[in-house]
Amino acid sequence: MLKLLKRLTETDGVSGDEHRVRELIKQEISPYVDSMSADSMGNLIAMKKGSAQNPKKIMIDAHMDEVGLIITHIGDDGMLKFGVIGMDQRVLLSKRVLIAGKVPGVIGVKAIHLQEKDERNSVVKKENMYIDIGAASKEEAEGLVSLGDYAAFTTKCEDIGSGRIKAKALDDRVGCAVLIEVLKEKNYPDDVYFNFAVQEEVGLRGAGVAAYRINPDVGIAIEGTTCSDVPGADEHMYSTVMGCGPAISVIDRSSYSSREIVDGLKEAAEGAGIPYQMKRTMTGGNDAGMMQRTHEGAKTGVVSVPVRYIHSPASIVDPVDFENTVKLIKEFLRKGVCCK
Amino acid sequence: MKQLIEKLTSVYGPSGNEEPIREAIRHEIEGYVDEISTDTLGNLIAVKKGGGSRVMLAAHMDQIGLVVTYIDDAGFLRFAPAGGFAVTDLIDRKVIFGNGTVGVVSYENEIKEIKDVTLNNMYIDIGAKDRQDASTKVKVGDIAVYYSTFGGNGDCVTSRALDNRASCAVLIETIKKLKSSPHEIYFVFTVQEELGCRGATTAAFAIEPYAAIAVDVTDTGDTPKSQPMAVKLGAGPAIKVFDEMVMVHPAIKNAMIDEAEKLGIPYQMEVLRGGGTDTGVIALSKSGVPSGCLSIPCRYVHSDSEMADITDMENGVKLLTGLLTDGIRI
Repeated sequence: MLKLLKRLTETDGVSGDEHRVRELIKQEISPYVDSMSADSMGNLIAMKKGSAQNPKKIMIDAHMDEVGLIITHIGDDGMLKFGVIGMDQRVLLSKRVLIAGKVPGVIGVKAIHLQEKDERNSVVKKENMYIDIGAASKEEAEGLVSLGDYAAFTTKCEDIGSGRIKAKALDDRVGCAVLIEVLKEKNYPDDVYFNFAVQEEVGLRGAGVAAYRINPDVGIAIEGTTCSDVPGADEHMYSTVMGCGPAISVIDRSSYSSREIVDGLKEAAEGAGIPYQMKRTMTGGNDAGMMQRTHEGAKTGVVSVPVRYIHSPASIVDPVDFENTVKLIKEFLRKGVCCK
Repeated sequence: MKQLIEKLTSVYGPSGNEEPIREAIRHEIEGYVDEISTDTLGNLIAVKKGGGSRVMLAAHMDQIGLVVTYIDDAGFLRFAPAGGFAVTDLIDRKVIFGNGTVGVVSYENEIKEIKDVTLNNMYIDIGAKDRQDASTKVKVGDIAVYYSTFGGNGDCVTSRALDNRASCAVLIETIKKLKSSPHEIYFVFTVQEELGCRGATTAAFAIEPYAAIAVDVTDTGDTPKSQPMAVKLGAGPAIKVFDEMVMVHPAIKNAMIDEAEKLGIPYQMEVLRGGGTDTGVIALSKSGVPSGCLSIPCRYVHSDSEMADITDMENGVKLLTGLLTDGIRI
């Protein structure tokens, strides 16, 4: 489990640049699926045929892309300007990044000694930051990076505390890992389409076209979602609580979960003694919004692994939550929707 | 019309939980249409069959609601909004759940100024002793709607959920009055409009209409010091020109104007600066659908005491019935 998460999170795949993650997942899952292909946007769609007489189509979706930076300008001094994909600029300062999977850099800003008092007391805007790759000139920098290259954080995936895991990109590589574990099961009653989506962080784009292609009866998005059970937050704003199991959503900004799916997930959890929690906030959206609205509509749900500090260089997950999410999705799929 | 609106506004049906209102509407229109079905998301689709081109009429049946997200130790409920709520519309209002549990919405007492109140520091009080007691009445995921009485003076009525049960009533009456049409007409009572026109999206995909008209309420500009807007209560149904989601197809807009002129029905033109309706998503369905919107002027939209005029709805029925009888040509 740690090995898989390590490979998945240490591979860079900012929105629009998911190919490395896709290749890794392809290799990981090819022995277990009946068919597999990448579509024109780069979604990886793998399918396992159902064992039932009249199987329904279930789409299980996790997105491959992570938040990151894109290089927009190379200065005469060799410093790089960048655009931000899906992130709060306050987490960027002084972080290490890797550009195009090979060139290390540091996000810099004017030294504190040179800042005016009001500069020291205010948030540094991304426009005033740059990436320093150690190049002394524009020519030198251009030999290493190109405009449009992507940059991702360099955080190593490792154990922290008593068995929790620290890594970058857990949103949503932890969801990808759930799909990978779930598809190792022999087969399920329904035809299950596992969609590893692109460009979720920039507007659920990959899932939109993948859902159109698959045209599912039921869609479940698997997310690594906000977990703010931390100092400074009221209990009702925790969103999810670490260690309390997969979080089932009733509503978020992109979809209203179908009651049948929410009930089906709860029944699956309760029947198998799997702990679960209901997500406490409706913030954020995810690929379920696209699946719900595709073609003539699909019944959808969202199941999330609680992850602290998503959209930052270092997030934290409890592997027990991950394992229980795998169990829950397997159990839900074993029960199937075709015979209901 | 007034009795029908009173009946429809009294039925529970928040976004994502439209079953009760769907059954109430189904009951009203049974026998007046050739076919009734419910689709995957829960849209109610009633068809008056015919050989002609398909026309889609849409009115959303969902109302805004508060979804319970957390029950605290003392038995107070925290919530997320399903639909647009202004904090000031919620303070100390009564709400009711699908099972009849009644609550009052209030906010954390230490907050001194109304401007500091947000939906995140508000709660629903159902008078429970503690979490366990509350959990016997309400579960996380249950959804409450405004609980206010229907009233009015003459043609002017006030109620919760006139958005959009007033338009549901207009469609129901149009279904009952329409005798013949060159079109095959799909009357769709849509779900989840308040969450982003979701039901209309999938219904339009399935129906693939030649033309479409949504019916919804719209703001007015006729109250003291209101934002300038040339729509008044009681001055006739409004024909939409545009809102944030759509530029109305000129053929549909003009057909509605021509019909109103022909029948001598009062009407007004609606230019809405904020918001959108099902028209916006139907217009962009598949390769595009010429779409328009008939709007019922309504004050205090999304509060528990919305206000509208019965004559605007009745004139809306006349306009739609006339238009569908004559036929729409793009």
